[in-house]
Amino acid sequence: MADEIQTSDTSDEESSRRDFLYLATLAGGAGLGLAFMWPIIDSMNPAADVLALSSVEVDLSPIEEGQSITVRWRGKPVFIRRRTAEEIEQARAVSLADLPDPQADADRVQRPEWLIMVGVCTHLGCIPLGQKTGDPKGEFGGWFCPCHGSHYDTSGRIRKGPAPANLAVPQHTFLDDNIVRIG
Amino acid sequence: MATKTEFKNPVVRWVDDRLPVFTYLDHEYNQFPMPRNLNYWWNFGALASVVLILMILTGIMLAMQYTPHVDYAFESVERIMRDVNYGWLLRYLHMNGASMFFIVVYIHMFRGLYYGSYHAPRELLWMLGVVIVLLMMATAFMGYVLPWGQMSFWGATVITNLFSAIPWVGDVIVTWLWGGFSVDNPTLNRFYALHYLLPFVIFAVVALHVIAVHITGSNNPKGIDVQVPRDTVTFHPYFTAKDSVGLVAFLLFFSAVVFFAPNVFGEPDNYIKANPLQTPPHIVPEWYFLPFYAILRAVPDNFIGGWVTGWMGVTFVSAKLAGVIAMFGSIAVLFLLPWLDRSKVRSARYRPVHNAFFWVFLVDCFVLGWVGANPAEGMFIWIGRVATAWYFVHFLIIIPLVSMIETPRPVPASISEPVLKEKA
Repeated sequence: MADEIQTSDTSDEESSRRDFLYLATLAGGAGLGLAFMWPIIDSMNPAADVLALSSVEVDLSPIEEGQSITVRWRGKPVFIRRRTAEEIEQARAVSLADLPDPQADADRVQRPEWLIMVGVCTHLGCIPLGQKTGDPKGEFGGWFCPCHGSHYDTSGRIRKGPAPANLAVPQHTFLDDNIVRIG
Repeated sequence: MATKTEFKNPVVRWVDDRLPVFTYLDHEYNQFPMPRNLNYWWNFGALASVVLILMILTGIMLAMQYTPHVDYAFESVERIMRDVNYGWLLRYLHMNGASMFFIVVYIHMFRGLYYGSYHAPRELLWMLGVVIVLLMMATAFMGYVLPWGQMSFWGATVITNLFSAIPWVGDVIVTWLWGGFSVDNPTLNRFYALHYLLPFVIFAVVALHVIAVHITGSNNPKGIDVQVPRDTVTFHPYFTAKDSVGLVAFLLFFSAVVFFAPNVFGEPDNYIKANPLQTPPHIVPEWYFLPFYAILRAVPDNFIGGWVTGWMGVTFVSAKLAGVIAMFGSIAVLFLLPWLDRSKVRSARYRPVHNAFFWVFLVDCFVLGWVGANPAEGMFIWIGRVATAWYFVHFLIIIPLVSMIETPRPVPASISEPVLKEKA
């Protein structure tokens, strides 16, 4: 149709110039398109109001020794347990060689009395039992996940079952003796 | 058309042998013959499809953050503006994108009116376009309700109340539209559902519109048929390049609005949360509805109502209903246009009388928009009535009459002829 125009006196040099322009235009367009995709994608990330709720402060004063409470943090349960001397002793006595995910109890707590961890099984995200007095606590006296039978000890470390890692310890700070901030 | 394109890439060839998408793209967007004399007014179809895709994309992202409930809708929109990452950008693109869509489509329509793109054999193409505009209006109206501001609420109330003008069953229909006894949560929910649905319907009708234009080929400024291959150039690179130039210019304009004057098309009252107990003192629709709003309000009391009442003994056509009929009629008349204009010559370039009336009509549309933006009182009542009357006179009397009595100027024998003559 317009062959005469399209191909008229196209020397090699001119065609390479045209190729360059063509590729540069294409690359520029693609770059702008990708740049525009970022706001689209980023809008699905947590919004400012969601991030603003990403830390909670918990009053620990009502919790007696041997009691546990569960608080919600970032939509997930956080287990807070005031451990007994016996439980602390048990957790410390374990040899690291016996652990699938070796970690000393001292590395998991800031104050030995208070064990704070995310109550989500590291296998497939179920919530382990063991917070309430009547709950099964597994073979190691800590927590037991009913979904696929993972056993956690009194430091929340995985001891038996399919879970690959210990219950995660969230970043937390003791603001004073009775208040802890999680997150 | 029927010939298959041979591709060098074996994967492309393998796919194309089984599903000829590449052949289709090659025929319709690469080799497709376009009249070689298209000017920049022919950019606006491509621009409209870019805006449609942008609206769907930003709309889906907004839908992920929006809550369609009377208690949360307004706050969720404010949350999008303040808390969601780039939420302000998505919303301003979507909000102003609606205005851009109408600007682009209105120009596209006036282009069609001027160059006679509705004439045979493009009647269906034109009518599909009118269907698209109608769908756009419904979508834009329902989208405007979603932020649940004062204008959202009262706009929804006024427009749904139009249907109460329908004789006998009007009130039943309005209650049905609302899903209650006023614009409320059920109304908001159904508007949200439909606002999400309709753009995909628009997309489908646009596909038909594009298929139709690829059957007949584009009209052109001379309004004459393509006769010899020399009258055309391939779509690529000639019109991909020309459309790109237009696209960049358009995006500059769009960006200027979004980044420097994002609320220029909006009403400040819509940043006040909907209050069903208090109507704002001056309700105006978005700018793209203003001419139609002016037509709606233009019909005087007892204009048709008076004589019909006397004639039938019952009030069959009230002033309210007459206004509604006039407003919908102003769109409906566009469907008839291919048969109202009986001229053998398409382009207004060769039709001096028709051309003059085209510009009068364009001014008339702006006057209607101006009247629609002002309260219906004083001189605006009369200007509105005259402009409304002219709107219908133009389509129903001027166009048919001029097309029958006007002597068009001679039309060139072919698209390429005047160019070749100049060269020689």
